[in-house]
Amino acid sequence: MLSAILTMTILASLFGLLLGYAAVRFHIEGDPIADQIDQMLPQTQCGQCGHPGCRPYADAIARGEDEINKCAPGGHETIIALADLLGRDPIAMDEDIEIRPPSVAIIIEEDCIGCTLCIQACPVDAILGAAKQMHSVIESECTGCELCLPPCPVECIVMEPIEADIRSWSWPYPGDQPQLAQEETPVEAQA
Amino acid sequence: MISEFALILVSTILVNNFVLSKFLGLCPFMGVSRKLETATGMGLATTFVLTLSSICSYLVNEYLLAPLGIEYLRTIAFILVIAFVVQFTETVMHKTSPLLYRVLGIFLPLITTNCAVLGVALLNIQEQHNFIESAIYGFGAALGFSLVLVLFAAIRERVSVADVPAIFQGNAIALITAGLMSMAFMGFSGLVTG
Repeated sequence: MLSAILTMTILASLFGLLLGYAAVRFHIEGDPIADQIDQMLPQTQCGQCGHPGCRPYADAIARGEDEINKCAPGGHETIIALADLLGRDPIAMDEDIEIRPPSVAIIIEEDCIGCTLCIQACPVDAILGAAKQMHSVIESECTGCELCLPPCPVECIVMEPIEADIRSWSWPYPGDQPQLAQEETPVEAQA
Repeated sequence: MISEFALILVSTILVNNFVLSKFLGLCPFMGVSRKLETATGMGLATTFVLTLSSICSYLVNEYLLAPLGIEYLRTIAFILVIAFVVQFTETVMHKTSPLLYRVLGIFLPLITTNCAVLGVALLNIQEQHNFIESAIYGFGAALGFSLVLVLFAAIRERVSVADVPAIFQGNAIALITAGLMSMAFMGFSGLVTG
């Protein structure tokens, strides 16, 4: 009886030790930085940065293959946060990427023909509707990525800026640093 | 000697197929047979683990449990060994062969709970196999498992696009298919006599 208990205990501890050793010896370096970058991105999955989603963009930044200034929904705040995380200087938003004020898509419901094309385009499933039925945008889910605009055959989707009201207003972000960086560079170049 | 090993292989793959004759490992058989690629991955992972774990469990039984006279702890000891082998393999494979790790993917840890693995380990002891016979028995059992899994997945891919009557659709027709396969494999029982 005692030998049985002892054997099982020793066997189990031996296996546990071996597994612990293997976990240390064969440790895989994940890429924790990509996770951190991914957390800072707005997760709109809009693809405006040229990557198929936020995670691939985060991976590309982590590998140093892409700049940090491609995220339109994140805006300057994201650039500053990323620059802070990566120890780089904040840079201006990429020129190809246009920054818009935060907005939501609104479907003009009397024009909607119920084709479901915008539902398929929406990366966050914020559009509700069925075939030949009027569609509607769940505004709290909409990230304002505008991916639903091109597929609409009757152009009944419009973007409406979110008006700052008493609940959504916040202090402006201190210092528009990327803009400053952009202005300073030509001065240095001239000097 | 060689003919004996060949006999074990033929026996485990065709005649005493673990899935279709002994009805072990039915969970992955029904669960991961919807697509041919996943079935192949599962077959590969199972082959790997079954061979390794039947060797390890033989060693543990022969050199640890038998000398101490505690064979009654066989089941729990084998479960421990299998869980350890699977986990260890996964860790090492993740480091050394990321490609194989990706191919086997989630199936590798899932095999820990596959009853065919424990079944093979216990049957090895029951049939008093020696070391090499145990390894071949495990390997053959895994090959047989992979064979019927791949066959079944191929059939299910065809059946899924066939015009099956409404009441037979889904798992019902899959179970009937499995039953027919089992009956077909029973035909092999005349292959080896004695």
